[in-house]
Amino acid sequence: MPDPILKLNGLDAFYGDFQALYGVELSVHEGEVLAIIGANGAGKTTMLRSISGLITNDAAQISYRGQQIGNARPDVVAQMGLAMVPEGRQLFPSLSVEENLMIGGRVNRKGPWNLRRVYDLFPILEERRAQASTSLSGGQQQMVAIGRALMSNPDLIMFDEISLGLAPVIIRDIYKALPGIVGGGMSAVIVEQDITKALAVSSRVYCLQEGRVSLEGRSDTVSRDEIARAYFGVE
Amino acid sequence: MDFVNALVQGTLLGGLYALFAAGLSLIFGVMRLVNIAHGDLIVLAAYLGLTTTVALGVHPLVALIVVVPAMAGIGYVLQRAVLNHTLGDDILPPLLVTFGLSVIIQNALLEGYSADPQKMDAGALETASVALGPLSLGVLPLLTFAIAVAVIAGLQWCFYRTPLGRAFRATSDNQDIAQLMGLNKRHVFGLAMALALAVTAVAGILLGIRTSFDPSVGGGRLIFGFEAVIIGGLGNLWGTLVGGVILGVAQTVGATINPGWQLLAGHIAFLVILAVRPNGLFPRISA
Amino acid sequence: MSTDIRISRTSNAAKVAAVLGALIVVILIAAPYWAGRADLRLMGEIFLYLALASLWNLLAGYAGLVSVGQQAYVGFGGYMLFALTIFSGLPPLVAIALAGLLGALISIPVAALIFRLRGAYFAIGTWVMAEVFRLVFAQVSALGGGSGTSLPTDIVRSMADGRSAREALSYWLALGAALIVVTAVYLLLRSRKGLALTAIRDNELASASLGIDIWRTKFFVYVVTSGLTAIVGALIFLQKLRISPDAAFSVNDWTAFVIFIVVIGGIGTIEGPIIGTIVFFLLRETLADLGTIYLMVLGLVAIVVMLKAPQGVWGFIRHRFDLQLFPLGYRVERSKDS
Repeated sequence: MPDPILKLNGLDAFYGDFQALYGVELSVHEGEVLAIIGANGAGKTTMLRSISGLITNDAAQISYRGQQIGNARPDVVAQMGLAMVPEGRQLFPSLSVEENLMIGGRVNRKGPWNLRRVYDLFPILEERRAQASTSLSGGQQQMVAIGRALMSNPDLIMFDEISLGLAPVIIRDIYKALPGIVGGGMSAVIVEQDITKALAVSSRVYCLQEGRVSLEGRSDTVSRDEIARAYFGVE
Repeated sequence: MDFVNALVQGTLLGGLYALFAAGLSLIFGVMRLVNIAHGDLIVLAAYLGLTTTVALGVHPLVALIVVVPAMAGIGYVLQRAVLNHTLGDDILPPLLVTFGLSVIIQNALLEGYSADPQKMDAGALETASVALGPLSLGVLPLLTFAIAVAVIAGLQWCFYRTPLGRAFRATSDNQDIAQLMGLNKRHVFGLAMALALAVTAVAGILLGIRTSFDPSVGGGRLIFGFEAVIIGGLGNLWGTLVGGVILGVAQTVGATINPGWQLLAGHIAFLVILAVRPNGLFPRISA
Repeated sequence: MSTDIRISRTSNAAKVAAVLGALIVVILIAAPYWAGRADLRLMGEIFLYLALASLWNLLAGYAGLVSVGQQAYVGFGGYMLFALTIFSGLPPLVAIALAGLLGALISIPVAALIFRLRGAYFAIGTWVMAEVFRLVFAQVSALGGGSGTSLPTDIVRSMADGRSAREALSYWLALGAALIVVTAVYLLLRSRKGLALTAIRDNELASASLGIDIWRTKFFVYVVTSGLTAIVGALIFLQKLRISPDAAFSVNDWTAFVIFIVVIGGIGTIEGPIIGTIVFFLLRETLADLGTIYLMVLGLVAIVVMLKAPQGVWGFIRHRFDLQLFPLGYRVERSKDS
């Protein structure tokens, strides 16, 4: 197996004074879709914020394509090809739909994604391009958030709580769109509460429990019992 | 007739106040920073203009070519070297650091230029006037107002129509997510301060042509700018122009009644609006 | 041998500080008998600055009301002293007390207006109010209008017989004001209101949900501070014997310096303003010849402290040695019983 593009080397991360992650080891390979599951407060969001540079760590604890990025600034990490679709969408309310997408394209990396392709993927956004992003439904906002991340043509895209707060129909649509997104060799990390969905879309899965990796395995072979133990910590 | 004249002169004066206010409004909008040294920076720009006109023998308006980029540069460096380190949830550090800055600028100007009032010589422009019916309008106040409108229109365009403006708004909305989009917030804030002080440069030169100034007048300019911002409503640039005009009119009308009441009338207008419309006339963002 | 844990409000350092403090106060009260005229004046000024700094610290450091307009009440107090003695013939001491009361009263409508402004805009709003006060007093021609007036000699003479007795009285008033203000701040912070203030400072949202009325608590602090600031203002101009709008409402003299004192000493601590006042006057007495350069140095020091050591000199000492001279919190101690 080739070297992973992203590697966490014993990541200890802090959320304020509170330690949220303890020695997390994790790797993502080229073109792989990784699922991360775990209860609320297990440290999933802290992990993504650490990778994207919003939380500063020791440089060596995170490496991306051989470079140590544990203490890199978020804008530098973004330039290197990591993008995030944050929890709760977090669109820019004073920007229109199209402006939200355009600001995603600021990073200006080469690749297939541009406004046209995002609109092809989510046609409804083209109809609403001039509207304020706050006027959209939750699902449409999630489309903007995904499109905004894609506009930077990332090598690795991270989804934080991809289906949180969305209606089941919408969640199905988003998942239907996923293969079209990550099909082109892009790697993805998906944080998801819905274990069935997470396993279905990913090739490997990590479970976090109280800041530690409690399970790591292939999505098609892990058993429900193993997951329940890793998730809730019951013996 | 006196009253109509006061109204017109006050409106034109309001243009200058809007220029004092625009930079203040801009940096508050982008980074929620209130710069106590803003007035002193206006006065600094006036002194830079004075030195430029004397050294190069040029007209004060030509000096803008030197002073605008100089102030923008000062703004960028100031933001990156000092002010970026004060930003956060606590309002004390930016307030106290800019207060310290205000004292430093004031005393540096005292040291360099003494406390004697100075004025820039704009030649015939100062006395030129045009007749409008029974009114006589000074060309300089008219020009000041036109420049204020142009500057605000320019800022508005920059804010809502350019990639830089998009970066300003995105960073203002959500600093974390803006950084995930590859925006370096320190640089974005530096650019915002550069733009704000470029506007300040224009305000300083026009102030220095209109009236005499000395190192101590910065505080008063800050207050006028602040009042215009609050009257107009936070985050609304055109509102800031309206705020400046209301302040200018209140002052000139007050002065017509009793010369000693000029400034007082402006402050009272501000307090009345604060009492009845605490968020200003056209608020865009909440403080 | 057993170790039991007890909770106490005081500490050995605080007890030593209390004894030493009492001793220093006794020596200071006796100052008119051992200090020269110039030193007495300087010490009076130091105490008045200490009082102003402690009040601003209460306002900004504890109540979160960052005002840059406290010169409004300094000037108001000064003018009230002059107005009440000249027009109403009140004895100066009565006028000073009344100036405090009137200062507190006038701060009520002021607060009602400027409490509508949040954070940094509140700060500039207080400055606007101070400007309004200055412009209004500049309109009062009976008090000399824009050029100001002096305290008539018969009023000055009525205070005490002889110049040295008057200067001693003036000094004792300044010392008394500083002691009263520091004690009042200390007692306020130890009271229920003080607890509420600390809670608000640490987390405004949480304290609101706990039923603390934030607006009323801040309002109370603002009014008390304003009244006491007006008394200090009256004492300042009793020392100066002359008042003018520009001197009375000077933002540099009564706010900038005071803020620098508190920031350098350590904001949000009772000890901070005391340390800051000492540092400020040491700097002033050694660098005053430099004029404007001295003020630039002062501004620079304040900026550097704010950026590099926001807890100030006292914060640094307290952190290093775990000291608290004015016991506010509770501490857990182990005492060994054999």
